[in-house]
Amino acid sequence: MARTVIPFGPQHPVLPEPIHLSLVLEDERVVEALPTLGYVHRGLELLAAKRDCTQMIQIVERVCGICSMLHAMCYCQGLEQMLGLEAPRRARLLRVVWSELHRLHSHLLWLGLFADSMGFEALFMQLWKIRERVMDVNEATTGNRVIVSVNVIGGVRADLDQGQINWIRETLVDVEAGIKNLQATIMHDPTVGRRTRGIGVLGREAAYELGAAGPTLRGSGWAQDMRQLKYAAFDELDFEPVVETAGDCWARGSVRFRESLQSMDLVRQALGKLEGQGVGGELTVKAKAKPEGEVLTRVEQPRGECLYYLKGNGTLFLERVRIRTPTFANIPALTAMLPGLDFADVPVVVLSIDPCISCTER
Amino acid sequence: MKLLPTVLANLFSRPATRDYPSYVREPFARTRGELVNDISRCIFCGTCARKCPSQCLAVVKDSARAEGSWSLEFFACVGCGVCVEACPVHALSQKTTHRPVAVARAVITLRAALPARPAKKDKPADNAEPAGKDEPTEKDEPAG
Repeated sequence: MARTVIPFGPQHPVLPEPIHLSLVLEDERVVEALPTLGYVHRGLELLAAKRDCTQMIQIVERVCGICSMLHAMCYCQGLEQMLGLEAPRRARLLRVVWSELHRLHSHLLWLGLFADSMGFEALFMQLWKIRERVMDVNEATTGNRVIVSVNVIGGVRADLDQGQINWIRETLVDVEAGIKNLQATIMHDPTVGRRTRGIGVLGREAAYELGAAGPTLRGSGWAQDMRQLKYAAFDELDFEPVVETAGDCWARGSVRFRESLQSMDLVRQALGKLEGQGVGGELTVKAKAKPEGEVLTRVEQPRGECLYYLKGNGTLFLERVRIRTPTFANIPALTAMLPGLDFADVPVVVLSIDPCISCTER
Repeated sequence: MKLLPTVLANLFSRPATRDYPSYVREPFARTRGELVNDISRCIFCGTCARKCPSQCLAVVKDSARAEGSWSLEFFACVGCGVCVEACPVHALSQKTTHRPVAVARAVITLRAALPARPAKKDKPADNAEPAGKDEPTEKDEPAG
């Protein structure tokens, strides 16, 4: 049968960011998918040579427009490791609070976009309505909705008082009620099921061999989550990775849905520990030396494992900053999922890895 | 079908959105908005310009004319608040609201006389002498 090549992206209604896939079709069936990247490269890693290591915090935050806090946290953790510092306990707990709030709003954003990718506009609106509450919490506690800028080398810049802790708890009650209200729709609605169950299956072995990360990997049955490394204050918190075994779009959606509930639980646990510590307390430790040596740090972003490699040379400027983001790891998995699918299922499957292209290209 | 109860509940509940712009929500107290410099307190040390990650600030000290200038390219400012924290005399602050939309790229330049003597490091800067008699001037200059 004659083959047709259909360009998918870089501008496509389902894609929030530009990635191009050349889809080779036989009739309506995808035979091969070839990705092209490079539409939003900004050269942020190279800026490390021009901005000093403290200015880089604000720059690495802009790698991702959704999980900015986690990038800054990973970077600061790396520098702290290089300088031999440990952030105070309160700062580590606060980092958990804000990083989990970021995961929560990122997963709500994704669940909305996922619903949108299958044409379920009403669910999309509902989820984004709930997400706004989380964004308000971010803005009220840190000063900004997304680019929160709370991390500094050695700790955090902002603190939570008792009033704010209570307010976050109250807001989370509403958010949880809202999400649970939609649970039946997301997990059991027949329309959603028909567009997601058994579609874009990534087997357990394939997921591991292709180096998938985050919910894409956990949706295929691997209990691998960087929070198991016990960074920040995760050593004090009760945490189990969320795993699904089906490996299809539904499983990846289900992992993210359950993780959003888990994030709220982690925020509550961290808030409880903050309350136990009493108000006030040290938020930062001062760095006395200049960064020297090599360091590799990892954190779990909403999309998966994010890796930072930092190399210092004893000056204020880092010699190298290398960022590997989860979407980059998930693109090979995506190209393996697409062959054999109907063309109409491509948008849903592409969205199911939660592509963050600005992250990938930095 | 599973969404039907939510849809029905939405029909009989208040709208989730506000009637913007006739109703605007009050900004949160911590919101980082427009950057303001109280130029009468500025000692033109240049710390803000050195710390700024987006390099939108420039401080020039003209000792011959005993005058200093502080300029902000507000299109480049990302509102991170690093300069506000770094300012040794607390001359910089951030409003909770944002600057209105501008149609042209511009630089805000504030000028004032240099302080009579440099503020001592051990002295809290809030007590620093007001800087000279010159009125602070604000003017917008188109950037190159």
